[in-house]
Formats: sequence, structure tokens, C-alpha cells
Amino acid sequence: MNALLQTPMHPWHVEHGAQMVPFASWHMPVRYSSIVEEHQATRQSVGVFDISHMGRLRLDGPDALRLVDHLVTRRVQTMKPGQVRYALLTNPQGGILDDVLVYRMTDAAGNDYVLLVVNAANRPRVLDWIEEHYQGYEVTLSDLTQQWAMIAVQGPRALEAVQPLVHQPLQELRYYRATETTVLGRGGIVSRTGYTGEDGVELIVGAGAALELWEEIIRRVTPLGGKPAGLGARDTLRLEAGMPLYGHELTENTLPQQAGLDFAVDLDKDFIGAEALRQADFSALARLVGLELHSRRVAREGYAILRQNDIVGQVTSGTFSPTLQKSIAMGYVAPELAAPGTQLHVDVRGRPEPATVVPLPFYHRRKKKGSQP
Amino acid sequence: MNPEQLRFTDTHEWVHLETTAEGKTIATVGLTDHAVEQLNDLVYIQLPEVGQQVRRGESFGEVESVKAVSDLYSPVDGEVVEVNQKLTEDLDPLSQDPYGAGWLIKVQVNDPSQVEQLMDHQAYQKMCEEGM
Repeated sequence: MNALLQTPMHPWHVEHGAQMVPFASWHMPVRYSSIVEEHQATRQSVGVFDISHMGRLRLDGPDALRLVDHLVTRRVQTMKPGQVRYALLTNPQGGILDDVLVYRMTDAAGNDYVLLVVNAANRPRVLDWIEEHYQGYEVTLSDLTQQWAMIAVQGPRALEAVQPLVHQPLQELRYYRATETTVLGRGGIVSRTGYTGEDGVELIVGAGAALELWEEIIRRVTPLGGKPAGLGARDTLRLEAGMPLYGHELTENTLPQQAGLDFAVDLDKDFIGAEALRQADFSALARLVGLELHSRRVAREGYAILRQNDIVGQVTSGTFSPTLQKSIAMGYVAPELAAPGTQLHVDVRGRPEPATVVPLPFYHRRKKKGSQP
Repeated sequence: MNPEQLRFTDTHEWVHLETTAEGKTIATVGLTDHAVEQLNDLVYIQLPEVGQQVRRGESFGEVESVKAVSDLYSPVDGEVVEVNQKLTEDLDPLSQDPYGAGWLIKVQVNDPSQVEQLMDHQAYQKMCEEGM
């Protein structure tokens, strides 16, 4: 086995007693104290996440926008500089290769470029995919994953904690917008994005500047009740927020509409997989649903979903929701069973546990006036 | 209970033996602090009924956390005579006091020598350190 990759914050995680695990070829923290405590800190104050394992791919050149437009399910050429869009890379059959954030950026010299933030596990495949398709485009592709680091600061007090470290006024940075700015005296990118269901920012800085920034953020969030948070809390937070995770809800055999990602697919434009998705008949395909179990047992990935005694689907993610204090799960079921209120069971290690189909997301944050569109 | 006076399984249960006035041998069984810390964020426990037979090395229940589920294995053969029912409503005693208020079951033991074969505290701690 190859040595696991380490983020610039790796020594800090180890020193602070994090439980470390291999994750998509990286050695990452699952939790520092308790998943539930880190989860609650993020919902109530602020959670700080090392997400340097996420792939950061930069595309430069006159055809960068046009190439990415050809690869992803949403329009990129019409994006304004500083705009960020959630989009999917699909194969010719319309199956999901990855779900990504597309950043349309302008650098200090006024040159346009595109930044793709991709799932850690999919980075090699996405790199190959881009290289397979950039023939005929004038584009330079750079994998900056290890030269840059990425820190997510999430929660109702995230902006106030980070603002003193970032030149860009954060209140003026709208949701799903990003900008190059000065972060702790050095160049970086700040975006109003996240994967927790809370307001917050994600910061991209050079790997050499990351640990100092991390420690500074931790120092500033601690008096606010904030905490460093690991992949465990990241998973429970995104699950409550009904956000799919690649490899679980999304696979190469999943079509976007099955996962409720219609909003992320623009069938009026051309991209690899567009034709297949226009032709596809979704009426018979399994749909992603939210499930609330009646007991406190957790419906874990791979457990069968039952209707009477028949298997009608499978759980893709499940946890005990710290916010709702209920066992929640996502999974795929036949479309006629996807309506909220449908009574099903989940086979929890041989015992059928009653579960109700509920609308996604499980958790909606209360929005402050004017904080978001 | 003082962990130094307990015996331990390699599946992280502890046992404490006592002899009642009637001369019965009762084993109190619990989960170690190491196991509780590793599982973390406990959400659910399933325990047997009083009267149920348990067998050494076999599962008598399960404990579940946000991240994982784990079987509970009996260190001895015998009959369950008492169950810490409070835990099914509130797992805090198990999280906070695994050697005391967080005990799991009491078993009337057929063969007390089964307990002598288990690890003492020092051997158990060594196993946990090596396993980490």
C-alpha cells in the first residue's frame, strides 16, 4: 500500500489527539473529541474542518470555460467571474462521475481561470477524464491539490470568526461566490460555500501558509464555542442537510435525476451525457429518499429497505441525527414508494425497523435576513 | 468498581465476580472505558431479558454509536439475573461511568473458573496499547 497523503495540518491533528483514518488515500481526522460535540459546535457556533484532501484542479487558457462547459451538467460559460456552481461530471450514459464545485475566477493579472473542487476519491479519475477530453482545447490543467490547502469554517459564527483574517468583507460575498483575496497576509481564495447546511466559508491557501492559518482560526473560534471538526461530523452534518456524498448516494450508475439533482442539470446545453439524460425514462428508476426510523438504531449503508417482506431498496447513508435526535438515513427505493409518508422498514441486522419516508433535507437552518438568496 | 480488580475479555467486556449470601456466584458484566471511548457518541443499546441464557464468547446484545455498531460478548456461561434497564433510556451512565453505573448485566455463573482465564487489568491495558 502506498503511504497515505498528509495535509499541512496533519501534525496538528495528531498532536491534538484526533482519531486518524485512511480516507481516499489521505490520512484524515475523524474526530478530535466527539462527533456529536463537533456537530453541535458547527450548528450552534462554528466548526473548522481540514478539507485539504479535496481535489483542487485549475484550468487556464482561452478554452478553459468552454472545456469545462463540455464536461459538466451546468452552464459555465455564462458564469460571472467570482461565481461558484455545483455541477456534475457525467459519462456518456449520464451516470455521475463526480459532483464538483466549479469556480469561475479571475487572477490578479486579470486572467480568467476555472477551479474545480472535486472529491478526493475521484481526483485521479477526474484528471484522467479531463485529459481524455481536452484535445482541441487550448487549456492547461494543473492539479494544485497538494500545493494548496483548504479549510472550511462553518456555522452561524463562522464569518465573524474569520473576518479579521481575510481582507475581503465577507458580508459582501454572496452565497456561492468566491474571490481571490489576502488571507493572513498572503494570497488565497475565499468562497461562501460549504457542506454542512450552515452559512460559512471555505478558504484556499498555499500549503506552506495553511497550518498557521488553521491555528489562527482555531484560536479565534475557541472563545465562541467553536471547535475543530473531523470527517465524522462532516458526514453527520451533510447528511442532516440532505446533501449526497459521492460513493454513497452518487455513483457511476446513478443518474442525476434519481438523486434529486435535477437542479444541477441543464438539459438545454450540450455536455457529455446530455443526450442520454434527455432520452432517459426516469419513471421506473429508483429514487433517493429520506428515511426517519422510529427506533434509535442506525440504518447503515447497504442495509435493505423493505416493504412488507420484500426488498424494495437499499440504504446509502445513515446516522443518528444529533440535531433531530432521531435515526435518519438516505436510500434508494422504487418511485412508487418515494412519496413522503410512505411506511417502510429497514432490515437492521435481521430485525425490520419501521421507517417513514420524509422530505429532504432533514435539517433546514433558520436563515438570517439577507444572508442568502 | 476499581478496574484493577476486574477481569477482561479481548472484546472489551469487564467482569466482576461476587458470591451471594446463598452461595451463588454472580458476575457483573460491563463494557470497558477503552471500548466506550472508541465507540464514542453512543445512541442505542440492546440488552437481553432476565432469565435468558448467555454463553461465553457469544453475543448477548449490541451497542451502537453514531459511527459504528458493536456486539456485546458474554465472558461466561450462565443465566441473566439482572439487566441495567436504565441504559435503554439513557446511555450517559455507560459513557460516563462504564465501571459503575454503566454496568450492563448480572449473570449467575455456572463455572467461576471461566473468569480466572480472562485477562487481568494490566494484560488488558497492554492489549489496548498494542492495538492502537
